[in-house]
Amino acid sequence: MSRITLYRVGVIAAAVLLLELLCYVRVIDRITMQPPHQIVRDLFVILASGKQNAAILKTLSNASIALSLAIVVGILAAVALHGYRTVRETLDPLFATYYAVPIFAFYPLLIVLFGLGDAPQIGIGFMLGVVAVIVNTLNGLDRVPRVLRKTARIQRLGTIETALKVALPCAAPYVLTGVKFAVAYSLIGIIGAEFIMSRGGMGYEISFAYNNFDNATMYPLILLILIVSISINATLSWWEKVLLARRGL
Amino acid sequence: MSTESWKSARNAVVLIACLLAGWQALYWFAGEIAMRPPLATLRYTANLVTTDAFWPHLSETMRAFAIALAIAVAVGLLTGFWLGFHSLSRQVFEPMLVAIYSIPKITLYPVLLLAFGLGMPAKIAFGAIHGIIPVALFTINAVRNIKPILIKTGRVHRLGPLDMVRSILFPAALPEIFTGFRVGFSLTLIGTLLGEMFAAQRGLGYLLMTAIGLHNVDLIMAVTLLLIVFAAVVSTLLLAIDRRLHRRSV
Amino acid sequence: MSDAHVSLRDVTKVFPAANGGEGLHALGPVDLDLGKGEFFAVVGPSGCGKSTLLEVIAGLTPASAGTVEFEGWRVDADIPDGIGVVFQEDACFPWLSVEQNIAFGLRKTALAADAKQRRVRDVIDLMGLGDFAKSYPAQLSGGMRQRVCIARTLVTQPRLILLDEPFGALDQQTRLLMGDEVLRLWRQTGATVFLITHALDEATMLADRIAVMSARPGRLIDVVQTNWPRERDSRIVERAEFGAITARLWKTLREESLKTMALKGAGQAAEPA
Repeated sequence: MSRITLYRVGVIAAAVLLLELLCYVRVIDRITMQPPHQIVRDLFVILASGKQNAAILKTLSNASIALSLAIVVGILAAVALHGYRTVRETLDPLFATYYAVPIFAFYPLLIVLFGLGDAPQIGIGFMLGVVAVIVNTLNGLDRVPRVLRKTARIQRLGTIETALKVALPCAAPYVLTGVKFAVAYSLIGIIGAEFIMSRGGMGYEISFAYNNFDNATMYPLILLILIVSISINATLSWWEKVLLARRGL
Repeated sequence: MSTESWKSARNAVVLIACLLAGWQALYWFAGEIAMRPPLATLRYTANLVTTDAFWPHLSETMRAFAIALAIAVAVGLLTGFWLGFHSLSRQVFEPMLVAIYSIPKITLYPVLLLAFGLGMPAKIAFGAIHGIIPVALFTINAVRNIKPILIKTGRVHRLGPLDMVRSILFPAALPEIFTGFRVGFSLTLIGTLLGEMFAAQRGLGYLLMTAIGLHNVDLIMAVTLLLIVFAAVVSTLLLAIDRRLHRRSV
Repeated sequence: MSDAHVSLRDVTKVFPAANGGEGLHALGPVDLDLGKGEFFAVVGPSGCGKSTLLEVIAGLTPASAGTVEFEGWRVDADIPDGIGVVFQEDACFPWLSVEQNIAFGLRKTALAADAKQRRVRDVIDLMGLGDFAKSYPAQLSGGMRQRVCIARTLVTQPRLILLDEPFGALDQQTRLLMGDEVLRLWRQTGATVFLITHALDEATMLADRIAVMSARPGRLIDVVQTNWPRERDSRIVERAEFGAITARLWKTLREESLKTMALKGAGQAAEPA
């Protein structure tokens, strides 16, 4: 283990210990927060009992559907948009504004359009994720060196082949950045929508537990979401590092 | 310059026209129970802003947002400069910041509610935690990407530390720091609004949440419109400044 | 219809102005015939339209007027089969290994997989890249990366190779050695080579004929025959004729370069004696 990793582990351990201590001396009371070891233990109990499995499955599968849609549609839209400078300049203010606006305001509209099932929640997750993929993919496509596009022409590649074989592989690290954001945003969309109005899922269970002062359910579920999103992010970051190292970056 | 501003004015008009047309078309498709058409929304909004009940909500939101943004920028800049200049701290902490940046912070709202109680502090905290990290991450990058040759030039000119910061480091890092501020602005705004939706009893976010709960379509549309217009005007302005700053730097 | 391998007639390129004005007359008119298997170089002041000429021949840019024929077929902003181009910039695909980069050239060839593999293998050996087949471009030096690009071009077995300042980004020693390499490949493949360069010694050392291009709009104002033997390498720089040819090129080119500098507003550019 390198020195840096050691320090990092040390910092995290110190933070957890501090929380533990604050809970122990009741600076943080039990109604506010359980001590960390208790949260971890409760998480194991919940996972072992399986009583939250349906909620966990619902949230994670909806998030992955929203994420997949956002990635596919986002990349396609970016490739289609990339050539049209005027259209992009026109859309720039929209992209710059997008993440400042509560997209959840469109949730009731989606419920009317798609009914009370999972579709409106997936729709919100998708809407939140797709723009991150578009913006970052466009950014990556802008940085494809001209000489590589010329090379593609010399090799007589068509438009679609140029996108698939040259432009997107070249932009891959940027696309990956977009995907990382989309992971977080699709989870935000799904869980936020479950907070607002739904009959299941982790967001619903968390807010139900909150309203019933059920910290033994609420904190473990929050911890689980954090673990899931951080591990996905770490995996993607690792992959990104591999791609960049290959390019000497 | 004048052709450029003419072009962006034309782009803005086209974009707004397209959005309005799309809105109207969606209304014809989705119908009265789902939404209102642009004109009716405008009329309702004009009415809403003249009512006395509306202004406390607006000022509450703006106050929370301003404080949250100030905290986000101050803490973000400090963290960014510290980690940007101190290599060991950066290697230890930057990956953690990135990891925290990537978590869906909306899940943390019950924790903040329990810690701060229902009201102003909770939503300020919610706004600030959304904004601090992007400001910090962009600042780190800005500081790290200052070309060593510029610093060398400063040393050749025998600048003191204060002069170094004022005439070399800050101007060199400014465009990137500003981009961080722009992103931080957006995320702090959404953070504050989400905080109000889930952890407050006043403010535009709360108004939106109640409207969603009561399925008051008129009110949902009016509040959303106001928020979009505010966010769009400021974001577009910041984007224009951002572009100008970046064009100057090589 | 000439029997030249490549033939240009009255080739002109005018880049249209953005606001519908006069436009930029970059090139021409240029008339040129390249014999099959000839090594032809073009030197000229920077910004004279050398690269535009190469892009027109490659079909990367359409000519505004005039015709380009390759093996009797019109090239009209459509990349013909049998042409390979090596650019000055690093055109390696950084996400592919050396081997995969080279194999990329064969994607469209109707060959069996093992035949393709053999061809890639051969080119890797030919270019001395054997130890680096599995490496990624970032792990190689600039010179080695340029070899990868040359290999990716050679693997398609082009009959016309266009080189656009291929050694511009390399240091002088590497350039001379790469020049030897190019001469060897030229002999082995029998391809026609068209080289664009701003380095007079490079052109003199490599080419059978050298054309000097004028300041913008680029025209060919002098063509020098080197009369080197086909078997030659970088040691040719020792010969007396080498100095004479380079001197003749510089005499013509100097006036053109001064014009370019004056055009750029250098102001004090002295009139040639």
